[in-house]
Amino acid sequence: MKDTPMTNAKISAKGVDVHYADTHAIKDVNVEIADKTVTAFIGPSGCGKSTFLRCINRMNDTIDSCRVTGDIRIDGEDIYDAKVDPVQLRAKVGMVFQKPNPFPKSIYDNVAYGPKIHGLARNKAELDEIVEKSLRKAALWNEAKDRLLSPGTGLSGGQQQRLCIARAIATAPEVLLMDEPCSALDPIATAQVEELIDELQKSFCVVIVTHSMQQAARVSQKTAFFHLGSLVEYDDTDKIFTNPEDPRTESYISGRIG
Amino acid sequence: MSVSLILALGLAVLGYVIAPRRALAVAGGDARTLAALPRQYGLNALLAVLVPSFAILIAGTLAGAGAYLGWTILVVAVVGFAGSLFKITPDYRARTHAENWIKLILIAASVVAILTTVGIVFSMLFEARNFFSQYDWKDFFLSAEWSPNFRGNSSLGILPLLWGTLYISFIALVFAVPIGLFAAIYLSEYASRRMRSVTKPAIEILAGIPTIVYGLFALVTVGPFLRDYFAAPMGFGGSASSVMTAGLVMGVMLIPFVSSLSDDIINAVPQTMRDGSLALGATKSETIRQVVIPAALPGIVGATLLAASRAIGETMIVVLGAGAAARLSLNPFEAMTTVTVKIVSQLTGDTDFASPETLVAFALGMTLFVITLCLNVLALLIVRKYREQYE
Repeated sequence: MKDTPMTNAKISAKGVDVHYADTHAIKDVNVEIADKTVTAFIGPSGCGKSTFLRCINRMNDTIDSCRVTGDIRIDGEDIYDAKVDPVQLRAKVGMVFQKPNPFPKSIYDNVAYGPKIHGLARNKAELDEIVEKSLRKAALWNEAKDRLLSPGTGLSGGQQQRLCIARAIATAPEVLLMDEPCSALDPIATAQVEELIDELQKSFCVVIVTHSMQQAARVSQKTAFFHLGSLVEYDDTDKIFTNPEDPRTESYISGRIG
Repeated sequence: MSVSLILALGLAVLGYVIAPRRALAVAGGDARTLAALPRQYGLNALLAVLVPSFAILIAGTLAGAGAYLGWTILVVAVVGFAGSLFKITPDYRARTHAENWIKLILIAASVVAILTTVGIVFSMLFEARNFFSQYDWKDFFLSAEWSPNFRGNSSLGILPLLWGTLYISFIALVFAVPIGLFAAIYLSEYASRRMRSVTKPAIEILAGIPTIVYGLFALVTVGPFLRDYFAAPMGFGGSASSVMTAGLVMGVMLIPFVSSLSDDIINAVPQTMRDGSLALGATKSETIRQVVIPAALPGIVGATLLAASRAIGETMIVVLGAGAAARLSLNPFEAMTTVTVKIVSQLTGDTDFASPETLVAFALGMTLFVITLCLNVLALLIVRKYREQYE
């Protein structure tokens, strides 16, 4: 294993390969993701962008047939090291899923779930404060403050997704992974979530997987284009969308492949 | 009558063969101008003969019409046969008609199940009413003494039997629900696919063992074991037949029931719930305890109540495991008995269906039926509430 790389990247991946049983899903991906920015992963379906995202919080561990090799570091610490407990890692690396998945509990309990598990609050008052702060950050407080005890599943789709974001940031993560967070939402809810992502960027390192190139262009500062399991191009978002180096990137953003 | 049945069958088969040809002939040989496929004309003819004939057969038998039944069947069959053949034109929607016949058959099947249940309830109600006209209901429901005496003048209080039933069922559930639930959690959340493919059928084999075999197990193994190692040393008495014996063995019988129902319910909890919890840094057991089980809880309660109904209705294990002595006692190592066992013993042997000593069996059965019905309805309500949660 090499020494800790001397970069200021929050997340740095070197030579990452992922296999599902016989499928080689991710091929030798190297990427450095900066803190306090939004990084978008784009690419056609099945290109491995979600798989790579799930490597960053070791959610792939929950899939039996999945094997991850290579080196992924967060703040210079190898997250696949035997010493690292994936459970602790996930407290530091929050995740928002494609489909809103609030627990069948009250809105309050949904947000308080993580803090309770990790013992982040010493008493009820502190927990209340965390819940309120998280809901405010997720731009849901005004809509939810009068119905904190009603079930989270009773919210609309966009509200549910913001609830999931609130839930994820309640554990005070450093990195926020978002796996196509808007693909199940209507345009208005999407706009709200995108606005929120802009806001979140100030406090977190946000990595977002998206199918929508417009969305990538709107919300991200850096963009990575994946194709057939490889990272084809990774650069500033403006550059990727105006002047890509690789012909495959150009074909994809101009709609010829994918 | 059997001749006309065979004739009806013959007509049905004949219609099945002829109708498609006739349809084709009517269409001038071009099947595409027909409103339905040729074989659907055949199917319609087959069903148009069979369904009414069988309906007449069943109705006639139930009504006790003997002499003309054969002729009636034949007439109905011929009418069905002729009707389905003569109506064939290119526009005749044989597809729709055949579908309607099939729907009728399916409706009849479900009606049979419901009518049978209603019939059972009514026969029990009738006999139970006979019983209560001869025996005061207050003595039946409120008396703590059960001593039937076939020469008359018996005490037929349900309380000791009900107590035995509930006590044994309670022990069975206390034993079966945690074990079944934990087994289900292991199978659905932790076991690898290979482990699951071996363990799940192995547990479900338990469900295939006849209860009399469980009873034997209680009689020769569990009973003496409990007596020698627990009851006798601890001074609870020297009876091998005991509430504990029957309860434990019944619990073993219920384990596969609880575990396979709970397993289905736990598997129905969406994977995204687990992912959501795991991604927040919860451990596997925290996820199960705080997300999966609460989401599955109504279903698990439903499974438990269904298991309770089975425990309450169980007879064989009780006869062999807990004995037949009606007794009101708290000592779990004492022999007791249940409502079902007493129903059997009141109705076996030479019985006279007019005395309260026999008729009491129907009152007991009715009481039991009401209790399990309430439990089942409760279980269904809870399960239904659960179903709505993710839709």
